[in-house]
Order: sequence, then structure tokens, then C-alpha cells
Amino acid sequence: MLIQWVTYVSILIAIVAMIAKALRYMTAPQNFRWELYPVPHERGKAEYGGSYLEELDWWSKPRHSDLFNEVKEMMMEIFLLKGVFHHNKKVWLFSLPFHLGLYICIGWLFLLLLGGIMEAAGSAVVVDAGTFGALVHYLTVISGYVGLILAGYGALGLFFWRALDSNQKAYNSFAEYFNLLFFDVVVVITLAFHFGSDPSFAVLRGYVRSLVTFSPTAIPNVLFTLEIVTMSLLIMYIPLTRMSHFVAKYFLYHAVRWSDTPNERGSKIEKRIMELLQKKVGWSASHIQTGKPWSEVVKEMKK
Amino acid sequence: MSRLIKVKDISKKTDRLYTLDPKDLPKLPYPYEDWEDPPYPEVAEIKRKGKDISLDGILNVPVPAPETDEEKERLVAKFLEGLKKLLTVENNWTFLKPFMLSIDNCVRCNTCAEACPIFEMSGRAEIYRPLFRSEILRRIIRKHISPGGKLTAKFTGSDIDLNWETVARLAQLAYRCTLCRRCAQTCPMGVDNGLIAREIRKLFSQEMGIVPAELHEEGTVKQLETGSSTGISPMALMDLIEFMEEDITERTGLNIKMPFDKAGADILLIHNAGEFLSWPENIEAFAIIFELAGLNWTMSSDLVGYDSVNYGLFYEDVQLARVTLKHAEIAKKMGVKKVVVAECGHAHKAIMAIGDRVWVDDVNIPRESCFVTLEDIIMSGKIKVDPERNNFPVTLHDPCNITRSMGIIQPQRRVIKKICPQFREMTPHGVHNYCCGGGSGFAIMQGANFPSWRMTIPGRKKFAQILGAFTKEEFDSGVNKYVCAPCSNCKGQIRDLLTYYDAWERSRILYGGLVELIVNCMTDVREGFIEWELH
Repeated sequence: MLIQWVTYVSILIAIVAMIAKALRYMTAPQNFRWELYPVPHERGKAEYGGSYLEELDWWSKPRHSDLFNEVKEMMMEIFLLKGVFHHNKKVWLFSLPFHLGLYICIGWLFLLLLGGIMEAAGSAVVVDAGTFGALVHYLTVISGYVGLILAGYGALGLFFWRALDSNQKAYNSFAEYFNLLFFDVVVVITLAFHFGSDPSFAVLRGYVRSLVTFSPTAIPNVLFTLEIVTMSLLIMYIPLTRMSHFVAKYFLYHAVRWSDTPNERGSKIEKRIMELLQKKVGWSASHIQTGKPWSEVVKEMKK
Repeated sequence: MSRLIKVKDISKKTDRLYTLDPKDLPKLPYPYEDWEDPPYPEVAEIKRKGKDISLDGILNVPVPAPETDEEKERLVAKFLEGLKKLLTVENNWTFLKPFMLSIDNCVRCNTCAEACPIFEMSGRAEIYRPLFRSEILRRIIRKHISPGGKLTAKFTGSDIDLNWETVARLAQLAYRCTLCRRCAQTCPMGVDNGLIAREIRKLFSQEMGIVPAELHEEGTVKQLETGSSTGISPMALMDLIEFMEEDITERTGLNIKMPFDKAGADILLIHNAGEFLSWPENIEAFAIIFELAGLNWTMSSDLVGYDSVNYGLFYEDVQLARVTLKHAEIAKKMGVKKVVVAECGHAHKAIMAIGDRVWVDDVNIPRESCFVTLEDIIMSGKIKVDPERNNFPVTLHDPCNITRSMGIIQPQRRVIKKICPQFREMTPHGVHNYCCGGGSGFAIMQGANFPSWRMTIPGRKKFAQILGAFTKEEFDSGVNKYVCAPCSNCKGQIRDLLTYYDAWERSRILYGGLVELIVNCMTDVREGFIEWELH
């Protein structure tokens, strides 16, 4: 059971770290407006970077938010890395397969979980186990190999780009190399075990079933032990590093870059600002009245 | 040489971390391929006395050069105190969220570097790489503020010495960025190096009182005390207005009385007061258009009410809020229906975008861009125009604060396309424009050797863009060409660029605002409002 505890603890730490990260940004105070155009939900204007501020008496007109275009932009950013494609193609060649590989691997882990639950409930997940069982089997096999190979290729490419690009080398930390190598080590170990001993991921699904049912399971060999331990540690490690930037990216785009909601009288924004104005200022330059609330400091003048 | 500089070199005890050489600068396009810039002048001994210019030998922010180790340690400790405050809700709720997000989440891919005109036009000097500056701050935070930072510094790449050299050069680096945010636009993560530069400026100003005099003492402080950063008092303003009204009659044959302090007017028009002194024709043009269009408008002669400038936007939040609140209170006192911001980019952002979070409760008065108001006037036919009067090559400069930060792109274009038959865009333009090179207060910094840096590095990109907007035939024929720069600070920078590169004498390139072009083609106005001479 020791190895299973490694997985349980890793998953728990990952979930807690992810929630903590999201909470850190979610609970940050209302900030000044700092949007950056183009903003994709500006209906009819997003294409050229326009905003509702182009309208005469804009405050008296209804604002039409183009949710479809915003979602489209998000999807292109998430699944095609549109920004990287336009501005850094060299990186995109490796970053896209890396990210796509990760998305597919996440799907693969969920398929393994689904298969584990099905097996625990008495349904087989094999080729001849009926339509659904066969579907889960095939999807697991395809997503596993495709995801691992894409992520492994991308991580390796990014490693060499960081190591060889003259503009890049000076800005890499040891952690950046380590992170990419960590991915590749997990990929190589996982592929090595499954190519050799468990091509359909049945053993791995069995391990997931044991996790779901909190029951012991047989560990076939050292390589499988290594796979489970490294994969568990990777799952735990990602949220503790910048590799979990997908959480922050949501806030960077929605709470800052695309955040163009105007403040209106009696609005929630106004209420938050009024509360924040009561915070006491601690800055100590001579033109600031340290210790007074913002509401007073901004109405006074001191050199 | 620049390639050898690494982030950790910022703490090196040397007289100068990087030496600028004009030979490193990229060549300009036709007809300036033969242009050679003179060497960068050294700062005169009397001006550099007591100041640290050890980053690149350029002086635009008065960073002290302490003589004793004790004083250095005291200042480093003060910097660290300020940095801690920058990360607290109480002291920095205004920008805490975007700041934390940008500090925490850079993946160090350097995509931003290719978007930065300063990095590009310096010949890719490493110290001007956007990541170079933000990485210094990031490493200091990780190593010296984050729990356990010193233990993990080597692993996370945060190993940086925090000495006075680091702090002093970081302050200088914050003033080697125009805050144009082009880097943020290209960042796949959405990280904003421009914001980080502004946060550094804020720390130095709000905690240590280190800020260029042009922005603080001669900027916001002077504005709040005397009414305008130009020093124009309400009384002097009235003298200037009298002169302008006479000038209107002389130039156009029209008798226009500029309305002031009209309570309950539909529009309070607010100008950058720099126009009163340097470009009165811009103020006059607005008055002609608004009067002939029959608008119910006014200006304010109240202290600060006649100057839309808010240099707080460039360096800190307290002064920013103080100035914009003054504007709000004046609008409320006058009981106007809306405030229209004239041709000034940073005033647009301070009054409309930032003001959106400061003009709260009973001072939440609607604000609009002058380009929107002007578009309505032109497109509705309230004034009559003859575009043939503007039949010369015209290109348009997009002020970053109005386009990239506010998304006001088309109104000014629809106007200019209607009144200028030979209009052509710069490449790139609109929301993807390049800064004039005078952004973030640079345009008003005329001291020591800074103008030389401003002309040859950030300004070089804009000048190259301007040259690229016109054809070889237009240069060879010597036809007059017009750069429309509808922003006071951008206009100041473009004036300085045309002067530095001798572009009027050499290539017949002149600059001006949008309203001057409108009045130049109004059929109710005598021909020739635009005077083809550089001033």
C-alpha cells in the first residue's frame, strides 16, 4: 500500500496547491482598469482592436458582449497556442505538441480512472467487452501513446531550445531544465514499461482500480514502481511550479487583459472601491500622509 | 559587448554596466540610409554630481549615489521595505492583482523582446530586453521576500545580489521603458512588463521619493499647486485665450469667443495645457469646430481644470488619483453632462480608463474621447469640409494609451479618411502601433543627455515608421507631407524627432494634430490654416 499512499498524497497536494493558487488570484482586490486591446468580446470591433469607447455617449447604450468570439479566442489560445504561433514560431513548434500532449494525457488519466471505476463495478474494459468497454479500452490506448509521445517530443524540443538558443540561455534557471527533463523521464519510463509489459494499460488500470477501491494490488516489477512514483511526483510537482500557469493565465486574461467592465453608480465595482479607499496607506515618501486612509490621502496635497 | 551582460551582472561594482555606441543602431530606411548619429554625450560633471548613472551613462531619473556603505545599506533596506509594500493589499490594491500575476507567471520565453522597439532599435542591447528588467525584480522578490527564497535561489534561478548597484540600476531601467505595453500584447501568458516597469517606478516614488523632477515636482505637484504642469495660472490662461481668439480672427476671418466656466454645459472640453504654449492652433481648431458645429460646450478656468495632464499615470498611484479626482470634482461642480478629453493620449487613459475606478459615486460623470465627438461632427455634416484642401500625403500616428490601452481606433480614421484624400497608414498601425518614443513622460524629459537617447533609440522606430509611410517619389519630389499625431506628448516627441533628423528641411515632413487638418479643409474657414513651417 505504500506506493498507493505516494499517489494519494501527491494527488491531494496537487489539488490543494491548485485551489490555493486560484484563491490567491480570486481573492486579490479590485484593481484599476488595465485592459489591453484587442479584447475579443467587443462585438464587431474585436477584429481591429476596438472598444465600446468608440461609441458616442457610450454610457447610454447597451453593451453587447460577444461571448462566442471570446470562447473562440480562448479555444484558439488553449488548443492552438495562437499567441505563440503569431509571435514566436520557433517555440510554437515544440510548445504546441507539448501542450496538446499534456491535454491528451489528462484525458488519458481520466479514461484510466473511468476504466478503473468500471472494473471495480464489475464491467470489463477490453476489446470484446461490449461497445462502451471496448470504446474506453481503445481510447485509453490511443490517448496514452499519442499523449505521451507528443508531450515527450515537445518537452525534449523545449529543452534543446532553452539549452541552445543564444537569446534564451541566459534566462533559464536550473528548474526550467529540470522540469522539462522530469517530463521526459516520466514519459520514457512509462513508455518503456507499457511497450514491454502492458501495451493496453491494463496493469495501470488495475492500479487505478486499487486506488479507487482502497485495496492492495500487485506491483509487477521495478519499472512499474518507478512509473507510478515518478508520475505521482510529477502530478504533485506541477501545481507547485510555474508549469501550472494555466490557472494564472485565466486570471491574466479575464481579470486584467480583457476586463473592460465600466464602473457604474451603485455597482459592485464601486462598492469594492469604496471599501478599499478605507485601507490605510503605508507608503513613506514625503508627499504621502502615511497612516491615513486612501480616501483622505488622495484629497490632500503634500510635497 | 551587450551579449555578455547577464541579469546577475546588475550588482557589479562598475562605473558603467553598458556603454552605448551609435554604431550598434540599426540603419534607417530611404532617404536616411546615410544617416549617422553622433556619439552619446557624457553627462556634465555638475549635473551628475551625487547621482548614479552606472546603468548606461544616461541621466533621466535622479538616483542618488551614496558615499558611504551605511547610506547604501539604509537605501537598500528602504527599497526592500517598499517592495514588501508593493505586495500588500493596503498599499497596492490598485494594481496588486495584475502585478502578482505578471511577477509569478512569466515562463521566460522572450517573446516580448521582439515586440519591444527599445530593445530592437538599441541594436538588441541586453539591458533593454523587457525580460532583463522584470527578471531582476522577480529574482529579488523570490530570493529576498518569498519564504525560503534564499535556500531555493540557485534552483529557481533567483540568485541575485541585492546591493545598492542593483537597486540604483533597477530604478534607471524602469525609466528605459515607454510603458507602451507592446510586449504585453505579444506575451502568450499575458504578462505585462510595462506594468512591472511602472510598479518599479511607483515603489521608488511612493517609498523613496526617487522620481524625475519633470514628472513630480515640475509635474503633478506643480499642477496641483498652480493649476498646470506648464506653470500657467488661471490668470495667465485668460491672457493666452485672448491671444488665441485674436489669432483665430487673423488666421480664419472668424470671430470666436472661447467659452469658459459655463455651468450646465453639455461638454467640458479639457486640453493638455502644453497645447496652450506650444500648439495654440490646436486649441483654436477645437474652438472653431465646436462653435461652428453649434455644440454647447465649455472649458474650465479652475485650478487644474484647464490641464488634462496627469503625469501620475507614469509613475505612481497617489498623485495619479489626486490629479484625476481634481478633474472629477471640477466636472461635478460645473454640472456638465460629459467631459470630452482633447488630443492627449495619457489624459485619455487617466480620465477615462483609470478614472473609471476613481471617479466613483457622485463624481462618476461620463467621459468621452474627442475623436468620437469629432467623428460625430464630421459624419453628421454639422460642418462643411472640402477634402481637396488637404490634398497632400498624410499618415497617422496612433498614441498607445488611446489605441492599445483603450481600443479607440476607428473614429479618428473615419475622420481622416473623409478629409484627407492621400491618407495612408503606417506599418503596423492601430492597436499594434509603435510608441512615438516619448511615452511614459519621456517626451517632456529634456535634461542632461537623455534627449539623445530618446531620439536615437525609442524614437528611431517611430521615425523609421514615418519614413516608411511615404514613397520614394514623394521624397524625391519634395512635396509637403503631414504626420497627424493626435496627442500632445506624442506631438512633442515627433517635433523633436523631426528636428533631430532634420526631416522638415531634408524631407518636407511636418507634424500636427487631427483638428488642424479638419479646420484646414473647412469651407467656412479661410484657406491655409496649416502653416507649413516646423515649430
